[in-house]
Order: sequence, then C-alpha cells, then structure tokens
Amino acid sequence: MTPASFDHHAPRTIDEALGLLAQAGGDARILAGGQSLVPAMAFRLAQPSVLVDINRLTDAPGLVEESDRLEIGPLVRHETLRRMPSRTPLGEVLAHLADHIGTWPVRTRGTFCGSLAHADPASEWGLAVVALDANLTLESASDGPRSVPASEFFAGMQMTAAREEEMLTAVTIPALPATARWGFAEFGRRTGDFATVLALVVHELKGGRMTGVRIAVGGVEDVPRRLGPAEEALEGAAPSKVRFEQAAEIASEIVEPLEDPLSDALHRRELVREMVLRALQRSTR
Amino acid sequence: MSQIRPLSFRLNGVDTSVTVEPRRTVAEMLRSDLRLSGTTVGCEQGSCGSCTVIVDGEPVRACTLFAVQLEGRELRTIEGLARDGSIQALQEAFVEEDAVQCGFCTSGFLVLAAAALESDPFIEDEAIDALVSANLCRCTGYGPIRRAVRKAAKTTRRAT
Ligand SMILES: Cc1cc2nc3c(=O)[nH]c(=O)nc-3n(C[C@H](O)[C@H](O)[C@H](O)COP(=O)(O)OP(=O)(O)OC[C@H]3O[C@@H](n4cnc5c(N)ncnc54)[C@H](O)[C@@H]3O)c2cc1C
Ligand code: FES
Ligand code: FES
Repeated sequence: MTPASFDHHAPRTIDEALGLLAQAGGDARILAGGQSLVPAMAFRLAQPSVLVDINRLTDAPGLVEESDRLEIGPLVRHETLRRMPSRTPLGEVLAHLADHIGTWPVRTRGTFCGSLAHADPASEWGLAVVALDANLTLESASDGPRSVPASEFFAGMQMTAAREEEMLTAVTIPALPATARWGFAEFGRRTGDFATVLALVVHELKGGRMTGVRIAVGGVEDVPRRLGPAEEALEGAAPSKVRFEQAAEIASEIVEPLEDPLSDALHRRELVREMVLRALQRSTR
Repeated sequence: MSQIRPLSFRLNGVDTSVTVEPRRTVAEMLRSDLRLSGTTVGCEQGSCGSCTVIVDGEPVRACTLFAVQLEGRELRTIEGLARDGSIQALQEAFVEEDAVQCGFCTSGFLVLAAAALESDPFIEDEAIDALVSANLCRCTGYGPIRRAVRKAAKTTRRAT
C-alpha cells in the first residue's frame, strides 16, 4: 500500500503554513501526528496533493496552564498531556483521558488538535472539549483567527467547522474550580483502540448538593455532546444511587445512537446508561 | 509533481544520506531502499506495532511516519539495537521464556521494550503489561512476552 504522490512542505512558522494552505486551495492537508492521516493515505482514503507538515513549526504555542485556563497548541502530543505534572482538577482530567488514547507509540506522535480536527465521534479529546466548554481558535491566511466554541465545532462524523485553508492553532479550556469533581468511563472492545461509548461527568459538591453538572457522551451519535436533560435532573440534588440511575436512564433515552455491525442502537443505549452511571459514581468517590 | 528529495539523518549511529519520494514511509524506506528487513510491516495502519522503531528516543510506528520527516533526526532500528548489544538481556529473556513463535511480531516487541527500559529502568510490572498491549502478537498469547520483558527489566536493573 503506497500513498498517492504529494508535495511535502515543512514550514517553520504558522504564517508560512497558513500561506501554503491558502495557496493549495483545498488540495492540501495538514500533517500533525500522522496517526489518523497517514493510515488514511496508505489506504488512499485520503489523497492530498500537498502536505503541510507542521511538526517543524517554531512559533506554535505549547501547553500552558494559567490560574484561569489551560491552553493547548497544535503540537501538543497525547503523551505530553498524559505526563503533565499539573495537579489541578483540569490537569488531572486531561492526563487521565490521555491514558485511554491508543498506546504509547501512538501517543508519542498523535496531537490533541489533530484528534479534534480528525473528529472521530469516539475521540477522548472531542468528549473533553464539549464537556469542559473549550474554545477553539481557527486561523487562515485570508481571515486571520476566529474563535469557535467546542459545542459548535463538530459538524458530523469526521466533519468540523474548520474550512480547508484553516488551521486549529490553539484550544483554550477554562480552569475547573479546585473543588470540582469528575468521573470518566468508557467501554471498548480492545484497550489501545477507540472506545465504543465514553462518558465524562464534571460537577461541584456544595453543601452536599451537586452544582454546575455537566454530562457529555461520545461514540454514541456522530458528534460528542452534552446531555442537558440528564444534567438538569441532577442539578442541585444530593448525590445518591437512585438519582444517578435516574440521570443515566434519561441519558440513555435522549441519545440517538449510531449503529455499526458490532454495536447496534440498543447496545449503545445500554452502554450510555452504564457509562454515565459509572462516570457519576466515580465523580463522588 | 512530487520531487525525489535528498534526506540526511542518523541511522543506528551512522550519518546516512538517501534520496526518497515524500510518500515513502520510514518502514518502506528501511525495507525496500536500505534493505533493513528486521522492521516488519503487518497492518500499515498503525495498529499492530510490528514496525516499531525509535526516533529521538521515542517509540514510533514506522508505517505512520514519512521518511522525509526524519531530516536531522536519530533513527534506531532492531538491527542497530541488536548490533550494539543494548537488547541482549531482552533477546535472551525472549528465548528463555519462549516469547517467540512465528517471530513476525518479535522485532517490534523488542524495539518497544528497549525504548521502555531505556526511558524507565524501574518500570513496574503493571506498566510492562500495559506496554506490551501496544503491539499485536497472534501466537504467544502474551504471557511469555510479559514474562520475558519483566525478566529483562530485572536483569537490566541489576546491571545498572
Ligand atoms: C492504533 C491507534 C489507536 C488509536 N486509538 C485512539 C483512541 O483510543 N482514542 C482517540 O481519540 N484516538 C485514537 N487514535 C487516533 C489518534 O488519537 C490520532 O493521533 C488522532 O486521531 C489524530 O491526531 P494526529 O495528530 O495524529 O493528526 P493527523 O493524523 O496528522 O491528522 C488528522 C487530521 O487532522 C488534520 N489536522 C491535524 N492537525 C490539524 C490542525 N492543527 N489544524 C487543522 N487540521 C489539522 C489533518 O489534516 C488530518 O485531516 C488511534 C490511532 C491509532 C493509529
Ligand atoms: S505495520 Fe506499522 S503498526 Fe502495523
Ligand atoms: S510470535 Fe507470531 S505474531 Fe507474535
């Protein structure tokens, strides 16, 4: 299996990269970690005539944690997030999720931004950005930077709001309060591969009651998303087994699951119930 | 359209210059251009790990990296690791524990384990279990591979 021929460019600056993307007029693809794009090219599912390899950028923002937010640049690898020394709740969530992505050799190359741009519905990072209300910065040579909330970024299976000449140059995630609680659960047939269904829960416990409840699921529909009615069922409530089961039940009812030969809609609905329940239980441990 | 390009990098400690098409993967370049066939190619989609090599100290799947991306980098393959003796403990442990059956996956596991032991000589047994799950072996059922890597880790620790 040999990819179709292409021209390879390895620009040093973001401006140069954006210029190359604009010039190619839609025939170019950004090459980041290559963990999704190169296999797709080997199977000729993707046949770009130009590759803009961003691995040599010298001016790309890295991983920066401030008191009120975390910023993730286009070359931050999964493994870097997994080993992140941060002990804030947000840092812990991200490091924990990174541990569920692929395996070490995949994580040393694959990038956070590349995963979002690839937009697999079962991506851990896709789930994280919708659950954590992240903002994505997209940049093009002609229009400069624009900001897109994560909830508006995903447009369908492997489809996003990014235009062909745009690059995802940064993702900003608001800090979680020091008292934030979180729980994550995923079901997959094999470790080291995409999960079938995954759920992330974040909230705060104030005076024994849950506030700011966020529940998001991935791998269920064609894009990851928050489940408002399940969140509302828990807002202001004291955590309990019965409450959690009710919320998980609502979650499983309101999703419109994808189907594939290994997991039909009923199976995915059951997985949503169980993963949301487990994530809730883990969040109060 | 796509130009054949000169490329310089370090291969197993030796400065190496070749010419490649941009679409050449590292795995293809090693096997077809440089005749280093110790790096095996199974899935060509980053899943099986049989093509694992070490780039600047980190394990990478050679089927998911284009050769042109190696410019100025340091590439190590099973051939170099075997020659310089750095995987001797692993090789011996793989033989002793019967961790090799058909052998197709073996070089990938050796390179992966070598990278892990280099980056953390004190790697724990549970981490070794997680590590070997990165690569596919259709024959051994993993038990012998886990035991072999654990054994080699102990031997290496004793030697340091
Ligand atoms: C064996 C294996 C197991 C995996 N398991 C998981 C898993 O469990 N969970 C998971 O989430 N993922 C998994 N992945 C996918 C992995 O996370 C990829 O790294 C990720 O999907 C793509 O990131 P990348 O940096 O490798 O991007 P690339 O493959 O380089 O690019 C992917 C796409 O995004 C575009 N792109 C990349 N960067 C940008 C940018 N900054 N701006 C705009 N467009 C951009 C590219 O043009 C391309 O279309 C797995 C991959 C493999 C090979
Ligand atoms: S051949 Fe490279 S991972 Fe399978
Ligand atoms: S020994 Fe045959 S695949 Fe591992």
